[in-house]
Amino acid sequence: MDIVGNVLPQVLKDEATEDKGEMARLQSFVGAIAVADLVKTTLGPKGMDKILKPTGPGQEMTHITVTNDGATILKSMYVENPAAKILIEISKTQDEEVGDGTTTVAVLAGELLREGEKLIQKRIHPQHVIAGWRIARDVALKRLRDISSENDIKSQEFHNDLVKIARTTLSSKLITQDRDYFADLCVKAVLRLKGSSNLDYIQIIKLPGGTIRDSYLDDGFILKKQITIGCKRRIENAKILVANTAMDYDKIKIYGTKVKVNSMDKVAEIEAAEKEKMKNKVDKILKYQPTVFVNRQLIYNYPEQLLADSNITVIEHADFEGMERVAAATGAEILSTFDAPERRDQVLGHCDLIEEIMIGEEKMIKFTGCKKNEACTIVLRGSSIHILDEVDRSIHDVLCVLTTTVKNRRVVWGGGNSEMQMAAACEEEAKKVQGKQALAIEAYARALRQIPTIICDNGGYDSAELIQNFNVELQKGNLTSGLNMNDGTIGDMQELGVKECMRVKEQAVMAASEAAELIMRVDDIVKCAPRKRDRA
Amino acid sequence: MSLAFDDYGRPYIILRDQGQKKRMKGLEAYKSNILAAKAVANTLSSSLGPKGMDKMLVSPDGDVSVTNDGATIVEKMEIQHPTAKLLVELSQSQDAEIGDGTTGVVVLAGKLLEQALTLLDKGIHPLKISDGFDRACDVAIKHLETISEEIDIQANDNEALVQAACTALGSKVVSKRKRELGKIAVTAVLDVADLARRDVNLDLIKIQTKTGGSVEDTRLISGILIDKDMSHPQMPKEVKDAKICLLTCPFEPPKPKTKHNINISSADDYKKLYLQEQQYFVDMVKLVKNSGANIALCQWGFDDEANHLLLQNELPAVRWVSGTDVELIAMATGARIIPRFQEITPEKLGKAGCVKEVQFGTSNERMLVIENCQCTKAVTILIRGGSQMIVDEAKRSIHDAICVIRNLIKDNRIVYGGGSAELACAIQVLQYADEVSSVEQYAIRSFADALEGIPCCLADNCGLNPITSVAQAKALQLKENNPRIGIDCMELGTIDMKEQRIYETLSSKKQQIQLATQVVKMILKIDDVIAPDDY
Repeated sequence: MDIVGNVLPQVLKDEATEDKGEMARLQSFVGAIAVADLVKTTLGPKGMDKILKPTGPGQEMTHITVTNDGATILKSMYVENPAAKILIEISKTQDEEVGDGTTTVAVLAGELLREGEKLIQKRIHPQHVIAGWRIARDVALKRLRDISSENDIKSQEFHNDLVKIARTTLSSKLITQDRDYFADLCVKAVLRLKGSSNLDYIQIIKLPGGTIRDSYLDDGFILKKQITIGCKRRIENAKILVANTAMDYDKIKIYGTKVKVNSMDKVAEIEAAEKEKMKNKVDKILKYQPTVFVNRQLIYNYPEQLLADSNITVIEHADFEGMERVAAATGAEILSTFDAPERRDQVLGHCDLIEEIMIGEEKMIKFTGCKKNEACTIVLRGSSIHILDEVDRSIHDVLCVLTTTVKNRRVVWGGGNSEMQMAAACEEEAKKVQGKQALAIEAYARALRQIPTIICDNGGYDSAELIQNFNVELQKGNLTSGLNMNDGTIGDMQELGVKECMRVKEQAVMAASEAAELIMRVDDIVKCAPRKRDRA
Repeated sequence: MSLAFDDYGRPYIILRDQGQKKRMKGLEAYKSNILAAKAVANTLSSSLGPKGMDKMLVSPDGDVSVTNDGATIVEKMEIQHPTAKLLVELSQSQDAEIGDGTTGVVVLAGKLLEQALTLLDKGIHPLKISDGFDRACDVAIKHLETISEEIDIQANDNEALVQAACTALGSKVVSKRKRELGKIAVTAVLDVADLARRDVNLDLIKIQTKTGGSVEDTRLISGILIDKDMSHPQMPKEVKDAKICLLTCPFEPPKPKTKHNINISSADDYKKLYLQEQQYFVDMVKLVKNSGANIALCQWGFDDEANHLLLQNELPAVRWVSGTDVELIAMATGARIIPRFQEITPEKLGKAGCVKEVQFGTSNERMLVIENCQCTKAVTILIRGGSQMIVDEAKRSIHDAICVIRNLIKDNRIVYGGGSAELACAIQVLQYADEVSSVEQYAIRSFADALEGIPCCLADNCGLNPITSVAQAKALQLKENNPRIGIDCMELGTIDMKEQRIYETLSSKKQQIQLATQVVKMILKIDDVIAPDDY
């Protein structure tokens, strides 16, 4: 019904709903802020973890996840509210783009909207708020770039920076106790990549058992497979042939073939021919004179025996990723045809030693001294699979941040320093701007300042006092000050060695502003009728 | 539905399942139709103009999209009401024909219907109303042409085109970067435009999206970007001076369409067949290699063995390239699409300066860029943004901007935006109304009121007082005889749209008024709706 009482005809489908104006805005604010509040408590070194429990029947019910990683939490949640979905979306993008800061981005967007809601209540038009935010964002990013520093990639300082960044990132994770150990481990792994950002070369193997401390970095490459029975368990100076080929009787690929014979003899003949075909293939492979043969597909008993007879160690049914890594690490070419033994030197991979090792209870194959020394393996140990999963996520975050840093090279001080500085820049700017936008710029500064405030709150400290003192320190000109979350005081980040990657912050601020703006611009939510599913 | 009964009290059955049908007729039908159409127009009206708001749409599967584009909003609302659906089609035909102004056309139709409702209440016959609207529409279109100006699109580094693109982008979420994006769109269109024929084939502009980064990272690639990587992980990631072989046949043994059987009856046959099969692969690769090609793009898949043979022969290859991409690459590189291996000849190869793989972010996604194509007639706009929704909306916005630029190249006459053109037409229509002595006079006058509704709506969305600002602008237009006075949406301090440089294409404006009038006429002609009762 409209205001005068006329019954309006129904325009949308049954069950579809439309919310306009204030109602729509309220709905999106509530949703987005709820999501931000949910992940808020995981922020910072004293953040708490969440247990994620899957819904629905079946075995998966029992598999729970314990995590502190914003992206993982948000990804696993089913939300109905469209604005909340936007927040989850940006968190995912942050994960893909830089790998860390997934919680920060959702919290920042949520805080921006919380401030935005207050402005709307003061009857300021959303477009004015957005205009202000845009100014603020640019000012904040400019300040962020100004305060960042850069070291030469080969210098010792840069190496130290990396270790510090890794420590800072790890301090908010489960393994914060052993962060020095893991920071060192991750930096070593990333430096092996020599500037490339291909994380494929760093393999992470999770094995329950032992303690977290027993995790180690192996400079070789470990394949989670076993050497086929009857082959040598230790090969020195190995020549490796990596293949992706069917080692069975090799189906004929020509379309429409059928074997049709008229006597038993012929069957035997064809069987012999099949065998011969396999033997031919093995012979061809032998011409390459490898000492190790790795195949992605299954190897049948017959060729396996032939290969073993020629003293070749056979590894079958390697997974696809593992194959590519073996090939990359040992400098081998992945072969599918074997007609050019003269290219032997180009196609064979090489490594000093291949041996079967035992990690915990499992047998694995270890390749050491590979031709291309980029690959390495991080073996994670821990008392339960939940811990290992969480450590894996943490290590992944750190590796992402480190590769991003290697690419971008700019670093800023941690401990909330960059947020406070950006907030200060926004406040300075607000004084110069005429019009209502200035209120939005101030709001932006408050939202940025919320990040260190939440970190304090999560640590159980008096955030109001700490943040005020922090601000005073910055005003005094101590530009390296920041939150010391161990003692709950304001400390010098330079002394504490807390550094963060500039690119992560930059991306978080950009993505959060974009998302907040997107939600702010909405004045109408139309929900279509849900698709009916046949419960047949 | 009302029924007629015979002497025995039995109903006359006229329609099939008469009892289950609902019927509305006469004034009731008019009003119901108009109200439904108005409901749609009302939803869109707050999206009009540079300060318009967005709509959040949740699809039946729960996917969220946020947009400001009229055509997209009405399409995703899943409207059920038959009359309201007419407005959806209206918006879509504007989108298909012009590409921009999809919100404006619906809002104008809504305003016209609003006026029609008051006229109906006065007791004027619907056909008289639609006649009046028709005559008013003609007057408005004529006036639009007299006030339009020709602009030199190439003057001052295509400044006019950039401005027009900025006007189109001004109302979108990407408005912050409208100048940069506008320039990208202009360069893209001019790269592929055929200025002699004044035509632009929009197929040559590929818009590729990738989440991550920010809208600022959006860039123009003078070449083609395809979301694929090399078929074998160890193939070279970069090919310079590429000679591209574009295949639409798989690197697999042939599969004849006729049904056939090959019977193997002896071991010799078996061996022969095996050799034959091997030969197929070798021949295929050889044919490609012999033509001088140094990269092969194929629409279909590769067999493992063929894939390795390609690697062995140092022939990088890409598989599963989509059909549209194949066509685009063919156009850009001058390659001929080769359907059979036997037909590969050196002349049929396409040439490009460089083909390389690029990687984004930490995720392992790679894309292939084909740069410096022989006939540099295809470009790609790579859109980046914080989330999928932003990227999607940016894509729609850039599409709008590209359409505007194309329209300007086709017809370089413009009118000024900010509601000034509508206001000028309204004044003209109002003058004309007084000359008409019949009932239509009222309809014509109402048409003028409806046109004024557009600047009113603009002002309303910008937080200005609509009545004051429209009255002020109108008075000034009459006083100075200047059709360029409009609403100062951006608060720049001037209401002369020429100074604000808000350009809109004449063709788009004309189309808007014509289409809106047509739909309104159609709705006014419906006096009976028969529908199943379960509405």
